[in-house]
Amino acid sequence: MSVAYSRVDPKRRAHIDPKKRQFAKAEFAQQHYDHRLNFYEIPPTAEITLEEFETWAINRLKVLSELESCSFRNRSPDETAEYMKPILAKYLPLQPNSTSSQQLQEERKKDHYSHFILRLAFSSIEDLRRRFSRLETMLFKLRYRDDDPRERRAFVQSLKLDWEEVGEAEKRELKEQLLAAAGLKKVPTAEEMEWFKVDWERVPDLVEQRRVFVKRGVAYVPQREQMSLVLAEFTKRLDAALELTSRALPRLDEDDRLSPILAHLSQSFTTPEASYSESSSLNGLSALTAASIDSLQPSFPLCMSHLHSTLRRDSHLKHFGRLQYTLFLKGIGLSLEECILFWRRSFKLITDDKFAKEYRYNIRHAYGDVGGDANRRGRGYTPYSCQKLLTEPLPGPGQAHGCPYRTFAPDNLIAVLQREGVTDRETLKSVREDVGKQRFHVACNRVFEWSHRREIKKVREAGTWSAADLDTIVHPNTYFKRSWLLRHLGEGNAGVVQHQEGERMEE
Amino acid sequence: MPHSISPESTPIDDPAPTTSQIDTASHARSHADVHSQDQDVAMGEADNADAEQSKVKLEELFDDEDSDEEFPSSAPQVKSEDEEEEEAPTTPINISSKTSFSDPEIMRAFYQRLFPFRYLFQWLNHSPNPSDGVDFKHREFAFTLPNDAYLRYQSFPTADLLRRQCIQLLPSRFEIGPVYSTNPRDRKTLRKASAFRPVSKELVFDIDMTDYDDIRTCCTGANICHKCWAFITMAIKVVDVALRDDFGFKHILWVYSGRRGAHAWVCDKRAREMDDAKRRAVAGYLELLKGGDQSGKKVNVRRPLHPHLDRSLNILKEHFQTSILLDQDPWAGEKCAHLLQLLPDPSLKAALQRKWDSAPSRPSASKWADIDAVAKSGALSKTSKDLLEAKQDIVLEYTYPRLDAEVSKKLNHLLKSPFVVHPGTGRVCVPIDTRKVEEFDPLEVPTVTQLLSEIDEWEGGDEDDRKVADWEKTSLKPYVDYFRGFVSGLLKEGGAKRNRDEVDSMEF
Repeated sequence: MSVAYSRVDPKRRAHIDPKKRQFAKAEFAQQHYDHRLNFYEIPPTAEITLEEFETWAINRLKVLSELESCSFRNRSPDETAEYMKPILAKYLPLQPNSTSSQQLQEERKKDHYSHFILRLAFSSIEDLRRRFSRLETMLFKLRYRDDDPRERRAFVQSLKLDWEEVGEAEKRELKEQLLAAAGLKKVPTAEEMEWFKVDWERVPDLVEQRRVFVKRGVAYVPQREQMSLVLAEFTKRLDAALELTSRALPRLDEDDRLSPILAHLSQSFTTPEASYSESSSLNGLSALTAASIDSLQPSFPLCMSHLHSTLRRDSHLKHFGRLQYTLFLKGIGLSLEECILFWRRSFKLITDDKFAKEYRYNIRHAYGDVGGDANRRGRGYTPYSCQKLLTEPLPGPGQAHGCPYRTFAPDNLIAVLQREGVTDRETLKSVREDVGKQRFHVACNRVFEWSHRREIKKVREAGTWSAADLDTIVHPNTYFKRSWLLRHLGEGNAGVVQHQEGERMEE
Repeated sequence: MPHSISPESTPIDDPAPTTSQIDTASHARSHADVHSQDQDVAMGEADNADAEQSKVKLEELFDDEDSDEEFPSSAPQVKSEDEEEEEAPTTPINISSKTSFSDPEIMRAFYQRLFPFRYLFQWLNHSPNPSDGVDFKHREFAFTLPNDAYLRYQSFPTADLLRRQCIQLLPSRFEIGPVYSTNPRDRKTLRKASAFRPVSKELVFDIDMTDYDDIRTCCTGANICHKCWAFITMAIKVVDVALRDDFGFKHILWVYSGRRGAHAWVCDKRAREMDDAKRRAVAGYLELLKGGDQSGKKVNVRRPLHPHLDRSLNILKEHFQTSILLDQDPWAGEKCAHLLQLLPDPSLKAALQRKWDSAPSRPSASKWADIDAVAKSGALSKTSKDLLEAKQDIVLEYTYPRLDAEVSKKLNHLLKSPFVVHPGTGRVCVPIDTRKVEEFDPLEVPTVTQLLSEIDEWEGGDEDDRKVADWEKTSLKPYVDYFRGFVSGLLKEGGAKRNRDEVDSMEF
C-alpha cells in the first residue's frame, strides 16, 4: 500500500523491468468492486492520504470492537444484527448494487482499504491475529446474512469454490437421510431439495452440530447451509493471509509514517473482555484463609456457590469445576498456600499422597507457580469471566462447572435459587423469562439486584457509589467484590467479618 | 505384510563387547546358528539361577552397550546372552499370588519378553523401516515411573531404544502423544518456541465407566462386572459404525483400558492429520448427552432424528431391553422418580405415579411397559408421537455412548499405549476385535503375572525349526496376532503410496 503526496516508493518502482514498463499494466489502478461482499484477496494498490489511512482504520476498529462486545454479551445473531445496524451505517456503510448509489464504489473502497490496514496492524502478534480473524469473520457473516439473495449468489459464484452438486439419482436414493439430517419435515420446497457434496473437513461446524448427512467422509450440505461453507473458506483464507503478512511485516519497519499509526492501532485494540486484576482485591478483606471461604459463600455468585456446595456435598469436584473454582478463589485474593490447604481439607476422602500427586500440581499451575515460562510470567491463568463460562461446552454428567443459569434446567434453577434465599416471585418469574431467552447474565444480575436491594438503595441515596460501580456484572469476581462491599458498608477495613453472615447461611 | 525389510535385518553398530561380557557373548554366539540347542542352554542355566544372579545385575549395567538384538520375541534365533541369563532368575521367583503387579521384576520380564515393541513400532511408524519418515522418531512418549513421577517428551529413533528405556526405567505404564514438528527431546534447543508443535496423531476416543455412574446400579467406583461392561460394548458398536460408515475411516483399533473402559485409535492418514477444529467436530458429532447433574433431561434432540442417531437408536434398542431394563433395573423402587421426570405428560405421570406407589417392587421392565399401557388406557394428554419421542430420548440417555470428549478434541492429548499393564488390575491393555465385540470379556483378559507363568508352563517344542517367541506361548497370542493383522492392514495402505514416492525420487 502506498500513501499519497509523496513519490512512489522506490522499492515498488523497481519491481517493473524498465524495458517492459511501457507494456506493464498500471500497477496502482483503482479497483472496481462488483460485489458488496469482499473476500479481501487482492490488496489495494491505489493511493490514499495519511488521514484517510488513519480514520478509515479507526472506524473499522470501532465496528469490530462493538461486534466483540456483542459476542461477550451473548447476544443472539438477530439481536446483534439489530444492535449493529446503526453502528455500521455510521462507520462502515455498504450498500447493495440495487441502490445504485453514487457512494457505492467509495464505500467499498473504504471497506477494502480499512480491512487491509487493520490486517497490517494486527498481524504481528498471534493473539491479535486470532482475534482479528474471528471478528472479521463475524462482520462478514453479518453482512452475508443481510445481503440481497441475488447479489449474494453472484458473489458466491465469483468465488469459484469447487462444490459438487448432488445429482437427482443420488438424491432419490438418499432422500430420507438427507431430509432427516437437514431437519426437514416432509414436503420441502424446490430450493430446499438442493444439496452439494464436499469433504466433511470443510464444514466442521455443521458436522459438529449434526446438521448435515455424512457418508464415507463426504458431507451433504443443504443449500441454506451454504453460509457456513463460505464462512469457513473466508476464515481459512484470512488466516493464511495473516500468517503471510506477519512474516512480511518486519520489512515495513523502515516506513516511519505508517508504523506509528499501526502501532497505535494495535494498542487501542485492547481487550474489552472483563479481566480481573489483582490490584482490585478488597481492602477490608485482609488475610483470606482456607477456613474463611465457607463464611464468604453468601457473597458468591450462583456458579461459584454451586461449586462450593457440590464440593462440600461430595468432598470432590471434577477437573473443570476445580479449575473454575480455584481461579475464582485466586481472584478474590486467596494465596497459593491457603488455596492448596483449602482443597486439601475439602477433599476429605483422599489420601495426602494422592492429593499431592494428582491435584497439587494443577493448583500451582493455575497460580503460575509451576509450568512453562509464559505461564509463570503471566502468573498463571486469569479467573474466568462470564463470557468464558457462557461460551464453554456444557458440562457432562457428574460435572458442576459453568454458569448454572445456562446449565440447569429452569425448574432446578428456580429450586436452587429459592434454597439460596431468593423468594421474590416476581424476580423468579423474570429469571425464568431471561433464561428462556438465553440472557443468562441478565438473570444473574437480576438476582444480584434483588438480593442486595437494600444496600443498593442505600448507596444510591447516599450517592457514594457512581453509576459505573453499579454497572452490569460480567465477571464472577466482580459479583463477589460488589456483593462483599455492599454487605460491609461503612465498616472500613473490617477484615473478614463472620457475624454478619448468619442470616443467609444455609449450608 | 510388507515385512521384507524387517528391522532386525538392518545393520546396527555392534560396539565392542566389554571385558565382562566377552566370555558369555562368545558363548552365546557360538549357539546362534544352532537353534535347537539354544533352548537347552537356557534351561540348563535356569538351574544355576542362584549362581548367575550376581552376574545378571552386572549385565544390566551394560544394557546400553548391547544393541545388536532388537526384538527377542520375534527374532529368537539371535538370542543374546543377557536375555537367557535374565530369564533364569525372573521366572521362578516372581509368580506367586502375593506378588504385586508393579513389582520391578515382573515389569522387567514383561517388557523384555512379552510387550510387542516391534508391532507397536510399525504401527506408529507406518512403515517397518526405521529410516522411513519421522512418524516414530518425533513421537512423544510419556512414562509413569514406579515412584509415580511423570516423564514427558521422551522420543526414540527405533523400537529397540524404546524397549531399552522401558527395561531400564520400568514404567508402570506409558502414554503415546502426537508426532511433533521436531524431535521432542530437542524442543528446548529451538530458537523459536513455535517451531515445536504437534503435527499429527491418531484420532482417539476414551470411554470410561465413571461417566455411567449415575445410571449404573450393579457396581460402583472402579469395579466392573459383565452387566456393566455392556455399556462399553454398546458404546463401541455405536461409535465404530459411525466412524466407518459416516467418516469413512478404516483403521480403527479398539483397546481395553485395563480396568473399566475402552480406547479407540483411528489410524487412517486422514484422521491423523486432523487439526483441533476437526477433532472437535467429530467429537461433537458423536456426543449426545449434554448437561450436568442438575440439567434434568440429558437428551434433547430435534426431530426427525439425524441418520446417525436413528441408526444408533436401532442398534441400542435391543440392548436397552436386556442390558438396561433387566440387568441394571434402573428404576427399582424410589428411583422411578427420575423416569417420571423424563416423561413430558403430566397426566400420564400422575397415573403412573399412583400405579407404582402401590407396587413398589415392580421391576423396571414392567414399569417401562406400563408407560404404553397406561397411555393407551387414556391417561395421555399429549400426542402419542410426543410420548414416542420422549421414550426414544430415554433409551438414548441410558444407552448412548458417553465419551470423555476432551480427550478426542485435542491433537496434543496423550493416551495410554496399547499392551501396557494396568497398574491396578495387572491386566494387559489388549486390543478388542470389533467383529467379536460381544464376546470380549474384560474379566478374562490375562494379567501380567498369569502371562509370565504361562511362559513357564509352556510345553510345546520348536515347530518347523522355528523358535517360538515368548508371547506366543501365552494367552496374549491371539491379541498380538490381531494387532499384527491390524498393523499390516494399515501398512499396506501407506506402503503402496511410499513405493510410488520412491520411484519418483529415483527419477530425479
